[in-house]
Amino acid sequence: MTIQCPTPRHEDERVLLGHGAGGRLTAELLDTLLLPALGVPPGPLEDAAVLPPVGLPVISTDSFVVSPLFFPGGDIGSLAVHGTVNDLAMRGAEPVALAVALIIEEGLPLAQLRSVVESLGKAAAEAEVPVVTGDTKVVGRGAADRLFITTTGVGRRIPALHPSAARARPHDAILLSGPLGLHGTAVLSTREGLGFEADIASDSRPLHRLVRALAPLGGDIHTLRDPTRGGLAATLNEIAAASGTGALIEESAVPVPGPVATACDLLGLDPLQVANEGCLVACVPEARADDVLDAMRGVPEGAAAVRIGRTTAAHPGRVELRTRVGSHRVIDMPLGEQLPRIC
Amino acid sequence: MRYLDEYRDPELAQSLLDRLRRVATRPWRIMEVCGGQTHTLVRQGIDELLPAGLRMIHGPGCPVCVTPLETLDRAMAVAARPEVTFTSFGDMLRVPGTHTDLLSLRARGADVRVVYSPMDAVRIAVAEPDRQVVFLAVGFETTAPANAMAVLHARRLGLANFSVLVSHVLVPPAMTALLADPDCEVQAFLAAGHVCAVMGWRQYEPIAARWRVPIVVTGFEPLDLLEGVLMAVEQLEEGREEVENQYARAVQRAGNRHAQQVVAEVFRITDRTWRGIGPLPASGLELAPAFVSYDAARRFRVMDVRSAEHPECITGAILTGAREPTDCGAYGVRCTPRTPLGAPMVSAEGTCAAYFAAGRTRAAPAGSPP
Repeated sequence: MTIQCPTPRHEDERVLLGHGAGGRLTAELLDTLLLPALGVPPGPLEDAAVLPPVGLPVISTDSFVVSPLFFPGGDIGSLAVHGTVNDLAMRGAEPVALAVALIIEEGLPLAQLRSVVESLGKAAAEAEVPVVTGDTKVVGRGAADRLFITTTGVGRRIPALHPSAARARPHDAILLSGPLGLHGTAVLSTREGLGFEADIASDSRPLHRLVRALAPLGGDIHTLRDPTRGGLAATLNEIAAASGTGALIEESAVPVPGPVATACDLLGLDPLQVANEGCLVACVPEARADDVLDAMRGVPEGAAAVRIGRTTAAHPGRVELRTRVGSHRVIDMPLGEQLPRIC
Repeated sequence: MRYLDEYRDPELAQSLLDRLRRVATRPWRIMEVCGGQTHTLVRQGIDELLPAGLRMIHGPGCPVCVTPLETLDRAMAVAARPEVTFTSFGDMLRVPGTHTDLLSLRARGADVRVVYSPMDAVRIAVAEPDRQVVFLAVGFETTAPANAMAVLHARRLGLANFSVLVSHVLVPPAMTALLADPDCEVQAFLAAGHVCAVMGWRQYEPIAARWRVPIVVTGFEPLDLLEGVLMAVEQLEEGREEVENQYARAVQRAGNRHAQQVVAEVFRITDRTWRGIGPLPASGLELAPAFVSYDAARRFRVMDVRSAEHPECITGAILTGAREPTDCGAYGVRCTPRTPLGAPMVSAEGTCAAYFAAGRTRAAPAGSPP
């Protein structure tokens, strides 16, 4: 019987259960792969990170279980940063620090893990937010789908801003910072091999700079929300429910890129219900709408910002769409996963 | 996008509506046969813009809705088997059978996968030779050619682990059955453009002549529908009963001959029970004798199942246009997309689901602004 060292030496090797057992394999995975990729400076690893005083702290946590791990315009690593940075930003906060937990399925190629974590580290660096603590677990084959990431973000509230879904008021203008449907259709197309990948890339990106640009408008920024899962339809319904206002959206004003519209038409999906990761909805007083649009358009993330409708006192809690042909329909909360239709 | 925009132009829509208002001198009742057209009508609120008295009746053309309950129960029985990978288009997953639906079955451990083409199912069968891969082959004439191609391809590859659960339905027998009903209110039809793209419209000519009913082959964009309605109203006003083609950019009189040949090779016409409507003679397709070895119902011996519709569901009256979804006591209360009692509440093309998604309530019946 020969004893073989189980330590991985080749990039074509895979994550083993032992990589999560807390022993030497775990230490090696951290030292050679995870910490360098995340940009964590060398030094003793403590059980928790001490943060400097952050003014009014804001916290958000989110789990990322996207399949596939890699898609046009991003991957699960960059998404795990952008999603949490954006959740902080939607409460008017800038990110201060991130904590990242990885749940890895046994057998994941180390090369894929490295690629994801490097992307996560790069996204964090670009968002100017350090990863200060984390956790790594390995679960048996079949207990997870390759890799799940949970990201917790601590942020600092920008003093002038206090947006909330509940603060939308009747007669606010509803603004949208970018085109709809890119992330959801990019992921679906890649996952299912539908062939739209060449035309559609996810809009995944951090939005805190866009929100920072709105700081001079202060309390006039009533509501900020990023229309992720459930898309614009879910977000507007959440705002309507939380604030007790109604919303009226102009279909002709909603920016849906051509390839997204085509993909949705073919698959029977509603672009209003498709997920986004790089745009936000803002409710602001009608009188300040142009100022807010100018501020949004002054940063790259908001270059395509448009007004898509207004809030209304006429039908509290209900979202309506004025269709292209001039009729009205209710935009309901999406039920669950959208299922492509038969024909 | 520009291509699509041309068929959604608000000014053109308005001018078509103006023409309709000028042309329509009497109340008329027009049925759009296809669920996709129902979806566009309701989603765009077109039916609410039509001249007063011009009523759209929603037809039986939602393939998800009319798939027989027995077929669904067979599908559940096959999908529950441990050796089976059951494949289906997404919108079939939520349709309730007698006891459960495919989505619930998947949550309990069945290997149920959404595919976007029957060829995807064939590819799974190639990639996973140890699994029995079954494809639920339902729908109208539109999906039949691709399903037939998948069976032919599986035979070419010599696949022993691929089979199909077939329950295709055909549009003309359904139209004939509706017209034969003495209570039928339909005065003109919008025929489904994509069905005619495959089959052409020759088979509609005897229907138009015998029943003296105008039939307009119509597309799916808002302007297609408005133009289709206008053409139908013009015929009604002028006392004509012809088959006309609004959807000339996609449909020819003879249809797609190659697709028809493939369908004729793999399938044969059979009697079919439509969910909610009942048995209609010669209204379905089943596998031809040469292909019965690909019949999943035979392979897994699920021919005999006991099925029972939910007693409260008025699917039949909905699918024949006799009742509106908002007429149903369960609509929006006990029957919602989350808890559908019947198929029309499941598919996006189902009339009840289209009404529900558009926020139509029993308090505000169709025809009044939401």
